Amino acid sequence: MSEMKKIKNLKEFSTSADRFEGANLLCPGCAHSIIVREVLNATNDDLILSASTGCLEVCTAVYPYTSWDASWIHIGFENGSTAVAGAESMYKALKTKGRLKQPDRKPKFVSFAGDGASYDIGFQWISGCMERGHTMMHVVLDNEVYANTGGQRSSSTPIGSSATTSPAGRKSYGEKKNKKDMVSIMASHGIPYAAQVSPNKWKDMVKKIQHGLSVEGPSFINAISACTTEWKFDPKDTMAITDLATDSLVFPLYEIIDGHELNITYRPKNVVPVEEYLAAQGRFKHLFKDEYKYLIKEWQERVDAQWAYLQRREEARV
Amino acid sequence: MAFDKLELRDIEVWDGNFAAAQALRQCQIDVVAAYPITPSTPIVEGYAKFLADGYVEGEFVMVESEHAAMSGCIGAAAAGGRVATATSSQGFALMVETLYQASGMRLPIVLNVVNRALAAPLNVNGDHSDMYLGRDSGWIQLDAYNPQEAYDLNFIAFKVAEDHDVRLPCMVHQDGFMTSHTAQGVKTLDDDSAYGFVGEFQPMNDMLDLDNPVTHGVQTEEDWHFEHKARQHRDLMLNVAPKIQAAFDAFEKLSGRKYNMVEKYEMEDADVAVVCMGTSVETAREVALEMRKEGIKAGVVGIRVFRPFPFMEIAAALKDIKAIATLDRSSPNGAAGMLFNEIAGALFNTDTKALLSGYVYGLGGRDLTKAHLRDLYKELQANVDAGKVTTQLQQFIGVRGPKLAFL
Repeated sequence: MSEMKKIKNLKEFSTSADRFEGANLLCPGCAHSIIVREVLNATNDDLILSASTGCLEVCTAVYPYTSWDASWIHIGFENGSTAVAGAESMYKALKTKGRLKQPDRKPKFVSFAGDGASYDIGFQWISGCMERGHTMMHVVLDNEVYANTGGQRSSSTPIGSSATTSPAGRKSYGEKKNKKDMVSIMASHGIPYAAQVSPNKWKDMVKKIQHGLSVEGPSFINAISACTTEWKFDPKDTMAITDLATDSLVFPLYEIIDGHELNITYRPKNVVPVEEYLAAQGRFKHLFKDEYKYLIKEWQERVDAQWAYLQRREEARV
Repeated sequence: MAFDKLELRDIEVWDGNFAAAQALRQCQIDVVAAYPITPSTPIVEGYAKFLADGYVEGEFVMVESEHAAMSGCIGAAAAGGRVATATSSQGFALMVETLYQASGMRLPIVLNVVNRALAAPLNVNGDHSDMYLGRDSGWIQLDAYNPQEAYDLNFIAFKVAEDHDVRLPCMVHQDGFMTSHTAQGVKTLDDDSAYGFVGEFQPMNDMLDLDNPVTHGVQTEEDWHFEHKARQHRDLMLNVAPKIQAAFDAFEKLSGRKYNMVEKYEMEDADVAVVCMGTSVETAREVALEMRKEGIKAGVVGIRVFRPFPFMEIAAALKDIKAIATLDRSSPNGAAGMLFNEIAGALFNTDTKALLSGYVYGLGGRDLTKAHLRDLYKELQANVDAGKVTTQLQQFIGVRGPKLAFL
């Protein structure tokens, strides 16, 4: 039986035992560690974890130190999901053969990867894991950029963002492509659970993590991870920026059950204009020049259309 | 046990692929993560059928690429259990990144490599390009010349790789089609003896030991990376060969079949010798006997353990030889050839006066005929008679067009 934590308030949450040490090399203000802790804190079960190459990996397992008080593996950039799938397969094999050292305990298998390692280079590996039906969770720490290598665009980088390989300049407004809809793609594998989460909405997040960890088969979690370094905001503002992302509906929170049943899980009381979200970050600074202001308007229209689409899907129950 | 044993005849007619699949069945693998590729596909197909028929239990994970196959094997091995897979050629090339990761993480995975050429041009037939590509990857590499050896060496591979003093992954090579698809008589072990030889898997630093969490695959930079790599090399240089020899000895006791780091044939009084790998060793042995009838004292040295390279054994085997030919079945692409370089290195500081020349042959599955080898031995004898290498140092044999020779 899986054992999920019952946490009543933020204070209790922040002091609950954690298996991810504060001693790590992540930037001050990085949302990664907050998300990881929220994921791990959602369960008391044993954990088998992986991280694909990226900020989380290079900042938490630098020999001879480790920040992980649970079994953890890193292989490469693209294959962290498959590493966990392999471990999950071994768990099943040893269970069948009666060779588990602690046969009464059922660990949870979770892979963490950035958007580069999930949307781009690791896409095929994650798709394979979802399709094959391993009982595992893949969590994307989605900071919409290759942050570990200095801010190059990924297929999660949104239009108009200035990244080092799609910089804004005299004749460019930066990234030209829209962000890939990874949650829909993963849900289309027919997996039991897919969701977008945000660390500022921690109760919603814990609920979703617990849902994902309780199903037989794969679950996919896309977590927005505000990046102080590449999004260019003050490290103290991580949660404020994240609030703007969820409250402007740039990053809507929803879940898709069994590939089709969509539920919106957070409806902001006061929806904030997208412009406020963009204005708070240096990566969008150039959009406020007169010649690019049309992009802000287009962005608002895109967010409105996406929100309308999610609501229609939720109502249609298909 | 929830699986059935198979009654084997003392001698079965198996090709190299099925021999390897049978060995995997008998070793009772916990996780096989695999992706099909010619000519190794029948190994994993055979294993899948054993599973479907209830002759093995465990997890068989058909992944979406060879890279994912080895990635899954790494995760499974780190979790703590017996792991194996198979591949060839382009699949092997796609795996290369993870091969280094598997060995650097000291995970005892067994990989059957059915040797095949590397594109371009695309080619499904056997040469040693993929085997050579793996040679700096930190794996142990064993080379089978026929289906019997493909069967036997799998047991050696698990025995050595999983030894706690070794903890390195191991490849078992066989030639694509020439071995993998050619059925021959294979002397078998019964299921209990075979499993008894490799023994039950003994985990170490296993992720699934939930009371003792471990961190696998850490970051090291200039402060520690070199020490890790040096330790791995040291273990390959010092620990592995004695373990392989011990496994060979134990296997001989069990089966009566004797293996050596370097396989010498008619070498005691030989004047001229060919050094080669794979199925060519057997062809060369036949030709050596024929040459002896014609008065040329010919011998053959087959490399059995490709990595760690048996440097001292090679030097000892060749110390009294007057003319040596190395046969490389992979394009050196701008160099003298892997075997040429390794053999030259092994002999350089010794007292040998041997004349050394290199031959490149058999790319993309081109046949190496007995006629080729007869000519080659005659060239070696001519070198002996002249007291110098009478040809260029590197020659291509069996290729169309004007003779290709360099150096």
